[in-house]
Amino acid sequence: MDYSPREMMAIAAAREIRDGDIVFCGTGISMLAAMAGKHISAPNSVIFFETGAIDSQLEEVPLAVADPRVMFRTSVNGSLADAFATMQNRFTGCHVVGILGAAQIDRYGNLNSTVIGDYEKPAVRFSGSGGAADVASFVNRTIIFMQHEKRKFVPKLDYMTSAGWLDGPEGRKNAGLGGGGPWAVVTNMAVMGFHEETKEMYLRQYYPGVSPQEVLDKTGFEVDISKARETPPPTPRELRILREQCDPQKLILG
Amino acid sequence: MNTNDKVMDLSEAVRRYVSDGCHISIGGFTLNRNPMAAVYEIIRQRIKGLHLYAHSNGQGMDELVGGGCLAKLEIAYGGTGRFASTCIRFKKAVQEGSLQVEDYSNYQMTLRFLAGAMGVPFLPTRSGLGTDIIEKWGFSREMRTADPRLPDYKLRVVENPFGSWGDAEKLVLVPAIHTDVAIVHVQKADRQGTARMEGLPFTDVEQIKSSKHVILTCEELADTEEMRQNSDLNQIPFFCVDAVVHVPFGAYPTACYRYYDYDPAYLSDYSKYAQKEELFRIYLEKFVYGVSNHRELLDLAGKERLQSIKADPRTGYAVNLDRR
Repeated sequence: MDYSPREMMAIAAAREIRDGDIVFCGTGISMLAAMAGKHISAPNSVIFFETGAIDSQLEEVPLAVADPRVMFRTSVNGSLADAFATMQNRFTGCHVVGILGAAQIDRYGNLNSTVIGDYEKPAVRFSGSGGAADVASFVNRTIIFMQHEKRKFVPKLDYMTSAGWLDGPEGRKNAGLGGGGPWAVVTNMAVMGFHEETKEMYLRQYYPGVSPQEVLDKTGFEVDISKARETPPPTPRELRILREQCDPQKLILG
Repeated sequence: MNTNDKVMDLSEAVRRYVSDGCHISIGGFTLNRNPMAAVYEIIRQRIKGLHLYAHSNGQGMDELVGGGCLAKLEIAYGGTGRFASTCIRFKKAVQEGSLQVEDYSNYQMTLRFLAGAMGVPFLPTRSGLGTDIIEKWGFSREMRTADPRLPDYKLRVVENPFGSWGDAEKLVLVPAIHTDVAIVHVQKADRQGTARMEGLPFTDVEQIKSSKHVILTCEELADTEEMRQNSDLNQIPFFCVDAVVHVPFGAYPTACYRYYDYDPAYLSDYSKYAQKEELFRIYLEKFVYGVSNHRELLDLAGKERLQSIKADPRTGYAVNLDRR
């Protein structure tokens, strides 16, 4: 069965979602991955948005986290203050998985979504943190979507918007952050993980048709490829649910 | 406490409460419930040098930037989802250096409005520890100490004064915001200013309560009697409000839950106009300066367009709207 790299990405991320997770998601493919996760393998997962919408019934794909489509048949339409409290509350925060994206990522999963170049005089300005820095600070696991390019997987970020593992295993603790952190980086070529002890990024899976060496060639720093295996391709069921139930208008899959 | 009739027209409300150099905030989030009629009126009145505070503002913020109304911006996010992943006029202004920006996160901005609403100087969070949001300042220390309207520090990191209580060793303190005016579009308000938002309230309640003056624009001007029934659906007490302006489609081209969707055609066209200076001048001439009020902008959009974004009563948005 034919599928696109975007479909593989959405499904690879959906497989990282566990039943019972409270899934924080942003716009675009992260929203699609959350929807796919819920419909494919984690029916008891809950989709929630930083705008305050909890357990939205997404009959149509929202194009932004404040899209009125996220407000339909929610459990609660709360405020931003409520949404961010949910992420750090000691009883609910441990169930929250955050899905993020960024312009740059480093080997410890720290993210830049603010500027390229000097902060004072940037060559390129991006949207900024939004809720990303908050999510990265608070939640137990983050899944990060990236296009796999050397200029995006960089040895040093131009600006650190959101904390990953900072500078290694003790980084978050030293900074005063909680125990969670980056869990997976889902790209158009591969799924990267973070080494349990060193917290450095490694190649966990490469998609069918992609070689580990090709992944290395597109990564701006060294990564361990010794544990890598090929990602199982999307099953017909996964593809059908993604296409027919999650994005029938192809607004995100294109 | 003012229980008087606060209804006035939009040009009067803006003339009365928004002037050059004011510190303001606008309600809504990216492409939802931005007070667009008021934003266009501010641009038409050629108000300059505004200091805007925002969490994730999109369309309203970007048009104020493009209209040349802003000097300074404290913000967490500038984008309108798929229509502009980074707001285009905002991006250009920052890259050119014509707009001074201070970056925070959404939660930090929310806490800053909440601190203003509560009357405390700051609130603590752990958000942003270890990042450049803490390390890098858009407004320098010198600029801050020279300006009595700004706190001396962007934020401060402190040891937990309660020791290890609450499992936190360090905290980020974010300073309260006190604006001159907050402008929010709501679904319903009465003539005194008691107001009701439907769908997500975002941070609008905190923004309203942290402001000296408040302009509300509303889809429907309701009887006080109606608003006092089921008053648990109301969020804004009348004494916070200075002006109530009845503006149907007042959030257009952004969405207003249960009334209308965002207009994908307008937002897509805007993204094209925003790409180039010449085009953006044409946009402003036609859609902002070329009309004398919001009604005339809606006439430009046309009945058919407005009909197509009308909310379905079951879902609160326009089902099967062509959003490509």
